[in-house]
Parts: sequence; structure tokens; C-alpha cells
Amino acid sequence: MSVAAALTPERVWERLREIPDPEIPVISLVDLGVVRDVAVEGERVRVDFTPTFLGCPALEVMQRLMADAVRELGGEPEVIVRSDDPWTTDRITPEGRAKLREAGFAPPGPRPAVGQVQLVDIQRGPFRCPYCDSTDTRLDNIFGPTPCRSIRYCERCRQPFEQFKTV
Amino acid sequence: MRTAAEPTVNQLLALADDELILGWRDSEWTGIAPFLEEDVAFSSIAQTEIGHARAFYELAARELGGTADTLAFDRSPAEYRSSPLVELRLVHDWGKTIARHVLYELADAIRIAELKESDDADLAGLAEKIEREEAYHVMHAQMWADRLAESDEGRARLVAGLEELWPYALGLVEGAARERFLASVRERLPFFSPPDVEPVERGAHVDEWAKLWDEMTMVRRSAPGGQW
Repeated sequence: MSVAAALTPERVWERLREIPDPEIPVISLVDLGVVRDVAVEGERVRVDFTPTFLGCPALEVMQRLMADAVRELGGEPEVIVRSDDPWTTDRITPEGRAKLREAGFAPPGPRPAVGQVQLVDIQRGPFRCPYCDSTDTRLDNIFGPTPCRSIRYCERCRQPFEQFKTV
Repeated sequence: MRTAAEPTVNQLLALADDELILGWRDSEWTGIAPFLEEDVAFSSIAQTEIGHARAFYELAARELGGTADTLAFDRSPAEYRSSPLVELRLVHDWGKTIARHVLYELADAIRIAELKESDDADLAGLAEKIEREEAYHVMHAQMWADRLAESDEGRARLVAGLEELWPYALGLVEGAARERFLASVRERLPFFSPPDVEPVERGAHVDEWAKLWDEMTMVRRSAPGGQW
């Protein structure tokens, strides 16, 4: 049996699950929710990828890492960037959220049922400090070191922390 | 047949050019904004705008050929379809910068909402994604406009900027979207009465544009076909 014959979507998913996010390596690309679909046809492996933030410089690295992983399994990769099904932070898995919090990044809140996130939501929402668990935190800056993060400050442990934006 | 909601390739280019050039202008505040948080904010906004420009250029390239880079950097200055609003060099004038920021974001929200209605699933999906990211720009712009409007000096500077830039801002959107833009400005910026003026339309580039184009395309022209 050739290597390619053993290729299954499950094996590809398993391998993709080992790829860390290039900027926040505590979370895998699968836990980040950017892999929408995997299809295997003989040696050809198609991975449907939904970018996180459009200005994120890690997007190209993610695509390359996924293609390399498929090649390691003996497949011929085709990474398709999907625009018709936009990524949202709601797709970060519960495991992914737990890993983010452990690493000091507060995971994103849920998307609002209607419309977009408003300033009042991020000023008054119950955001929890990833270090001490207090919800006595305030918005320090809507923007942070990367497009996906805001900066908050914990009044209890007096520590600034990075809060994932909800998109 | 193209329905009213479907943008022409030139409208996509106009959007992409606006986002690219505004991103470039916003990045001029990196390191010299009034305080550190705003260095970070304007740098991050610039990065996102340029990311959106790239996505729109990629869509335009489906029809025009080439790549996002060739569309962004290989055209002559006269070929850009940018609004003169984004071409203006406003660095060092914070009041005017916030005036442009809030006018641009309010107009941009209207045209992005229109694109979400497209029959082209890629364009509609992209517009939905961009709207979610731009929501943070809108809140930042509104927060600053409200903050400046709280003091007499801040309000005077902001309103002077809004009055000066209003004809340029009107040129961002076309047709019925202009009425919606006007209504949005009246609702969100109650301290400003938009003057009844002729819009500065696309195609009329401002004097500062040639210098910015020269700077933006310098590296690309210095090493044609170079890969990084």
C-alpha cells in the first residue's frame, strides 16, 4: 500500500491539529477555527482556509505551514482561501479558549446576536482577567499589538492584559 | 445583467485605493501620535485598512488580471481612483485627522453594508468580514469625535476640520448613498451642521498625492519584480 493510499481526512485533520498559530503558538490552527474543510481525493488534499483578520501577516505563514504538513503526509496540497464564509471568533474551540486563557490572553466574547460589537459592549462587558479571574477590568485601548487584540487593565491585580477582539 | 447592488471593477478599485492610501496616511502617525495608545491605534488601523485594500485588489484582479501588488503599486498616479479625502496629508493636525477618520468611517460603513447585498458570494462574504473589523474603526473614530467635542477648544478644532473636509468626504460615496451618509453624519455628529456644498469627486487628485505615490511605490520601482 502506498503512502498516498493511506491518506484520509482524519489523518490530515490530526496533522493540522499539531500546527501552532504563528503568532500565538499556544493555540493550533484547528482550535483557532480557520480550517473549514478537508477533502482527500487520491493524493490531492484540499484544505479550505478562512483567514482571521485580513491585515494579519500570519495568514501566508498559516497557508504555507498547512501545505507543508500535507506534503509530509505524502499528499499534494491545495489550500483554498475562502472568502464566502467569513471566519468569526465564535469558531475558536472551547479547548482553544482554555489554552489562550492559560497563556495570558483573554479569549473573545461571543458575537452580538444582531449587528456589530459596540464601544459600550467592550467598555462595560464582564471581561475577565486571565491572571486573577477578576471581572473588575477596564478597556485601555481598543487596539493592541496585532489586529486581533485589544488592551485591558485589571484593577484587582493591576496588570494590563491582551483581550481578543470579537469579530 | 448587473444589478444595482453589483459594483463595477472601477468601484472595487476605488475602494481598494481609498483603503490603501488612507492606511498609508494613518501610518504617518506611528510614533508621533499624541500618546502611546494612539500610536498603537493608528498603526493597527493602518494595517487593517491595507489588509482590506489587498482583499479588494485581489477581487479586482479576477477581472483585470495581475495581482494585488501590481494593482496597488504599478499604476501611474493619474490611474488611481482614490478619493481626494484620503490623499490629504493631515499629520500634525489631530483635530483634522479625527475629522477625516470619523467622516471616512461613517461613509465606509454605508458602502460596505451595500456590498454585503452582492450576489457574488466572495464579495458579500468579504464585505461581511470587513464590516466586523471596521466596527472597531468606527467606534474608535466616534470615541475620539465625542471626546474632542467635550471641550470648547477640541470641538472648535474638530468642527473646523469637519467643515473643511466635508466636500471631500461627500465624494467618497455616490448616488443615494450620499443621502444616507448625510443622515448618518447628522445623527452621529450632532455638533456639526454639514454645509451645502459641491462634492470633490474622484479623479481630482490633490497636490500631495504625487509625493505620496512616489514614496509608496519607491521600493517597488527600485527593484522591479523583486520578491520579499
